[in-house]
Amino acid sequence: MSFIATPQSMHFPEALTLQSGASIRDYHLAFETYGTLNADKSNAVLVCHALNASHHVAGVYEGQPKSEGWWDNMIGPGKPVDTNRFFVIGVNNLGSCFGSTGPMHAHPDTGDIYGADFPVVTVEDWVNAQARLLDRLGIDQLAAVLGGSLGGMQALSWTLQHPERMRHAVVVASAPNLTAENIAFNEVARRAIVTDPDFHGGHFYRHGAIPKRGLRIARMIGHITYLSDDVMNEKFGRQLREGMDLKYSTQDIEFQIESYLRYQGDKFSEYFDANTYLLITRALDYFDPAREHANNLTLALARAQAKFLLVSFTTDWRFSPQRSREIVKALLDNRRRVSYAEIDAPHGHDAFLLDDARYMSVMRSYFDSIAKEFA
Amino acid sequence: MSEQSTMEALARLVPHGSRVLDLGCGNGAMLSYLQRERGCTGYGVEIDDANVLACVQRGVDVIQLNLDEGLAMFGDNSFDVVLQIDTLQHLRNAEVMLRETARVGRTGVVAFPNFAHWPNRLSILQGRMPVTRRLPYQWYDTPNIRVGTYKDFEVLAHKNRLRILDSFGLQNGREVRWLPNALAGTAVFHFENA
Repeated sequence: MSFIATPQSMHFPEALTLQSGASIRDYHLAFETYGTLNADKSNAVLVCHALNASHHVAGVYEGQPKSEGWWDNMIGPGKPVDTNRFFVIGVNNLGSCFGSTGPMHAHPDTGDIYGADFPVVTVEDWVNAQARLLDRLGIDQLAAVLGGSLGGMQALSWTLQHPERMRHAVVVASAPNLTAENIAFNEVARRAIVTDPDFHGGHFYRHGAIPKRGLRIARMIGHITYLSDDVMNEKFGRQLREGMDLKYSTQDIEFQIESYLRYQGDKFSEYFDANTYLLITRALDYFDPAREHANNLTLALARAQAKFLLVSFTTDWRFSPQRSREIVKALLDNRRRVSYAEIDAPHGHDAFLLDDARYMSVMRSYFDSIAKEFA
Repeated sequence: MSEQSTMEALARLVPHGSRVLDLGCGNGAMLSYLQRERGCTGYGVEIDDANVLACVQRGVDVIQLNLDEGLAMFGDNSFDVVLQIDTLQHLRNAEVMLRETARVGRTGVVAFPNFAHWPNRLSILQGRMPVTRRLPYQWYDTPNIRVGTYKDFEVLAHKNRLRILDSFGLQNGREVRWLPNALAGTAVFHFENA
């Protein structure tokens, strides 16, 4: 049984200038904290979320036993990131549909729902917004920033934008930028959404519509890329959904995997916001700290001061080990302290959310060593 | 080869404050010792999950890599010393790794089981592959895919234009400088690029 989590919200009246040059003000960030901040405020761990996650990292909500946080296996009392020792902060990013100000909220000037007018936000913008939250919580320096996938990009960005504000960066199943193939998947997902007749140029709220068809397809594509071929085969193989007989239909569901993907897509389209999906996939596409250093990642990471742990998974083809090794190499070139674990897990990109014993042990040991620094 | 005296004998080849890369670092004991006793910094490279975990546990920075895939991640002359302690004999591309060691480090230290140690010779004379404390495996299930001798390494080093700064045998943690090819279970070479 998990502990009870309580969502909080912080209001920021002052404008935040975004990387695009636009700005946003009067926004809220949703967040949760677990554990206790120690007297010298040295035990805080910030957890950055991935594509479809939120500030609800661990624990359950009162009276909702199934509302487990998305990284509850990693974070909590006695878990690898032990909340008996660490003060863990989960924060929801700007533009999300899970509590922080996003496209479904009203613009403070006009009172109209932002919709497609919500400014484009980047990983850097998210990190700056998170830094403001820390200011308000009175935390000057984090023991660690932790993130997987898109969250790992935020952790990496933290080490470049606010190098003095953290001692450790834990970057799991991530990359220094997206490959063309990754951007291509994102683009297909976005086209599925924007070409849905219910999308209305992003102002579907005004029309009382939701582009569910597009969201379903976007999610199906995403889902395929998070798994490995082996795991899909093991889980579904060529099983037919009903009995042994083929239906000889091109439109009905034949295979179990089709049924599963449709189910996942349907579920997703019930709760995820289409504009948020566009914003977040764009933030993924744009992230590329080496860009302003002539594509030289070593130069880009020269600013980093944190000690790093990087973890990748051998079957992750969306964020392959090779991409993590690029970060490791750039850190080695800069003579930074870094450890790198390449976990031979079968589950593909999703492995970072699952319970692989070797993965969990490395994380536990690393956070144990962080805890020794302030114990 | 984890005995304290052996570790100390090898550590003497690593100057104080060196930046060290330990290829096949095992559980990180050597690097931990070098950090503690000789003020060194650096990284271990290891493929085995349990060893990687052990390194993280003792605070040794470790990079999980398969050495047979090369050292592309490490820049030329980016370390003062590159260690290959009981690693060479497990590598498919032992010669490539030796060259890589010389490229990445300003100096290198290689230690491996000396197959020409006299008990091994005796065993071969009797018609059997040796099974000893230093080579405790049967011929059909040994992880050592390369067996070589002290003398063999001299030849290989020469072929690769390495200048040998020092070399000796190690037996029970003690340096053997007289007839090391016959009298020592472990061969140790300290070298740099010529």
